[in-house]
Amino acid sequence: MTPGHIAFWILVVMAVGSALGVVLRRNPIHSALFLVAHLATLAALFLKMRAEFLAAAQVIVYAGAIAVLFVFAIMVLIPGKEETGPDALRSQRLLAVPVAGLLLVLLAVMLRSAVFKGDAPTAAVPGGVAAIGRALFTDYLFPFEVTSVLLLVALVGVMALAKRRTA
Amino acid sequence: MVPASYYVGLSAVLFVIGVLGVLIRRDPLVIFMSIEIMLNAANLALVAFGQRHGSIDGQALVFFVLCVAAAEVAVGLAIIVAIFRLRRRLSVDELSLMRG
Repeated sequence: MTPGHIAFWILVVMAVGSALGVVLRRNPIHSALFLVAHLATLAALFLKMRAEFLAAAQVIVYAGAIAVLFVFAIMVLIPGKEETGPDALRSQRLLAVPVAGLLLVLLAVMLRSAVFKGDAPTAAVPGGVAAIGRALFTDYLFPFEVTSVLLLVALVGVMALAKRRTA
Repeated sequence: MVPASYYVGLSAVLFVIGVLGVLIRRDPLVIFMSIEIMLNAANLALVAFGQRHGSIDGQALVFFVLCVAAAEVAVGLAIIVAIFRLRRRLSVDELSLMRG
């Protein structure tokens, strides 16, 4: 057990625990706070994989912007009453747990058999922010530009949706 | 150095937790959060595979996933707020009609 392994397993416990917190807590505010913890843990995992740019982007975009959006939506909607009433689909929900377990087994079998045959040595990823910037502005230039259009469309669409209908 | 397969295994576990959340919760906000967990699990797998093959492409893809997730959350939350204004209730089980 090197220090790297110990840090990894601590992060695993935190990531899985906070994800379960999001799914299992009744109060949506608690879920949102667990989500922030989960996203921060993933940023730490990115750092551990030497993806510094993604770790920073994760904190800014997810833990910053998206978490704030969620908290605002919860404040506007005041939810939390809906999950206390009688559950019309209880039998289907009980079925969800074995279905999710089956999915996990399928994923595990698939990953074991298809991907990790033999052990390819981890080649060094070309370093950090410079490399990802070069990739984004050369190989991925067109998708990068399309992304800006996507964000603009989302912006306009949200404005149209959020506008109160006066007619 | 932790092998990349550990990260991929973790991402599979996180993805299944997200699926579980989408299946068992009724509050659309929490379902959205579960979808975010799934997206992040996919991101983790992408970075792990990129690391394993010594390629930066995985990280570039994660960047695009981040952008799409931001757009998706903004539009999705706006739709949820619009539905709430129309219905004053918020449970996905009752939203079974395509027309308002």
